[in-house]
Amino acid sequence: MATLTLNNVVKNFGDTQVIKGVDLEVKDQEFVVFVGPSGCGKSTLLRMIAGLESTSSGDLLIDGQRINELGPAERGLAMVFQSYALYPHMTVEDNMGFSLKLAGVSKEERRSKVLEAARILQLEPLLERKPKALSGGQRQRVAIGRAIVRNPSIFLFDEPLSNLDAALRVQMRIELARLHEELKATMIYVTHDQIEAMTMADKIVVLQGGVVEQVGSPMELYHHPRNRFVAGFIGSPKMNFLPAVAEGVGAAGVEVRLPGGGNVCVPANGEGIARDAAMELGIRPEHLELDEQGALSGRISVIERLGGQTSLYVETEGQLVTLMVDGDVAHRVGDDIRFGFAASRAHLFDADGLALESLERHPLASLTRQDNRAESKA
Amino acid sequence: MIKTRASGRTVGGLRTLSLQAPAVTLLFLWMIVPLAMTLWFSLQRYNLLMPGMGGFAGLENYEFLLTDPALWSAMGTTLLLVGWVLAITVVGGTLLAVLFQQEFMGRGIARVLAISPFFVMPTVSALVWKNMMMHPSNGVLAWLSKSLGLPVIDWFSSLPLTSVIIIVAWQWLPFALLILLTAMQSLDDDQVEAARMDGAGPLAIFFYITLPHLKRAISVVIMIEMIFLLTIFAEIFVTTSGGPGLATTNLAYLIYIRALLDFDVGTASAGGVIAIILANIVAIFLVRMVAKNLEN
Repeated sequence: MATLTLNNVVKNFGDTQVIKGVDLEVKDQEFVVFVGPSGCGKSTLLRMIAGLESTSSGDLLIDGQRINELGPAERGLAMVFQSYALYPHMTVEDNMGFSLKLAGVSKEERRSKVLEAARILQLEPLLERKPKALSGGQRQRVAIGRAIVRNPSIFLFDEPLSNLDAALRVQMRIELARLHEELKATMIYVTHDQIEAMTMADKIVVLQGGVVEQVGSPMELYHHPRNRFVAGFIGSPKMNFLPAVAEGVGAAGVEVRLPGGGNVCVPANGEGIARDAAMELGIRPEHLELDEQGALSGRISVIERLGGQTSLYVETEGQLVTLMVDGDVAHRVGDDIRFGFAASRAHLFDADGLALESLERHPLASLTRQDNRAESKA
Repeated sequence: MIKTRASGRTVGGLRTLSLQAPAVTLLFLWMIVPLAMTLWFSLQRYNLLMPGMGGFAGLENYEFLLTDPALWSAMGTTLLLVGWVLAITVVGGTLLAVLFQQEFMGRGIARVLAISPFFVMPTVSALVWKNMMMHPSNGVLAWLSKSLGLPVIDWFSSLPLTSVIIIVAWQWLPFALLILLTAMQSLDDDQVEAARMDGAGPLAIFFYITLPHLKRAISVVIMIEMIFLLTIFAEIFVTTSGGPGLATTNLAYLIYIRALLDFDVGTASAGGVIAIILANIVAIFLVRMVAKNLEN
């Protein structure tokens, strides 16, 4: 059992404030991912939770107990570093048993705990090796093993997969998800890779400039981004943003005029939106489709064929719009095309970049990884 | 494919042996001529004060030297000097490296100051120590002990070898510090933080993380220092002249005494040969130790 609570946590480095008051609730056994562009403060926040950075103000609570003043070892957390940070002069076994050795645990007990962790991670044949003699993925597993051996209340991961090649990353991602299930532990995971965030998280925390932009399940962030930043950050390729002008607000939603003259009625709560107000319409590349009657048109300037899917970069009213269409589309660079989208897929953002609330919630928006499992079992 | 034959390596179809020859020959002569001359002189009756008495002496010079208690005393002094200076510089250098790795105001200046003794000429530093630090009436140390009401120590007559060790260690500590500080900077911060997460305090981090990391650098420091410390001369010459008695006479200084004070070139050469043998014995152990360390 371990829950973590952050109350208005702030971090200053000299005069610069890098974490500007973060509130967060992490439930027991939850897999929480901090995601954001580099320099957004996600690693700093993790290091503050770990106790490697002091907290300038605010409270950190584990199971309701304030831990601000406790040292990193006393918090009962374990951290996996991006560089693995294995001790190069120790064998795998000594690396994993180091914390127990410092805690004065007897040699037999140490060995049995290390063997147990090694079994979970399939490291048994490597116990006598030095880190130098291991591959990247094996080192990563040893670093995780070192964390498991400590039996921490919360696991912290600082971009653990970014030093691995793409294939290994996919494999380790699955392994981490399996590990989370097997250990039933609370985990906090920092990454800049949104695929890692989307696939592993129960809850994603999107950070920018030391501020939490949105907290929610992966599907909630995808379907109901709270603002323009989250909308652009989650999803790949990036969401398209088109300038739009409010034409009228009704019970069915907000009627906007698109560049090029087309009108769309987006089902969103337009309270407080004045007529002729400048807005932005966000639409994901995968939700745009080729359509002779579509509201938008433009000339293809770049085509990227991935086989199953094709990305079209279309010049529309002086702006580049990305379309993700079927791989069999035969268009060529320079072709003039018309395209459109279902109005329910569009997002509207006001002048401050805040999203207008959708009139209906997406059916999968509250889905968590646990729900995925329940369905697959049924 | 370019074939490589035993007769010489070829690079790009060119025989390299003839190109290497000048350098190899020069280095070989550079080494072999003095060595051969030393060996030759060590077998001669050759005393500048007795020009009439020349000729082949056989092993007489060696016999004379090996039965001379001064040689064994000089060997002991050499080992003591090398051993103590090594101990002081390696232990002190490691601790200072850890200290200077910490963030504090004026760290850059402090580092430069700590390393600067290494740039002072041995004769100059020995003179400074002799006349300004350890002098029984003008020295800073004498003034210190007087102002504390303690008896004044006449360093060079009551603790001659200790004094020389202090001076030499003061000169070589910066060298150890420099090498070890550089090594410290390559210590991965993440490793230290991982150890902190694992529950290691400052002492545990020092012994389990820092020291193993510095092992290689320490062995390099020991090797380089030992090469230079075996031949310490200027500090002894300037301060104690090998005395009182033979208290600070090391092998290098003994050879100097035999050659340029007694004018006995034959015995001095024999001493030189013994020094070469001693240095080689030490070198074998050292090279093995360092090689083993570098392998790991």
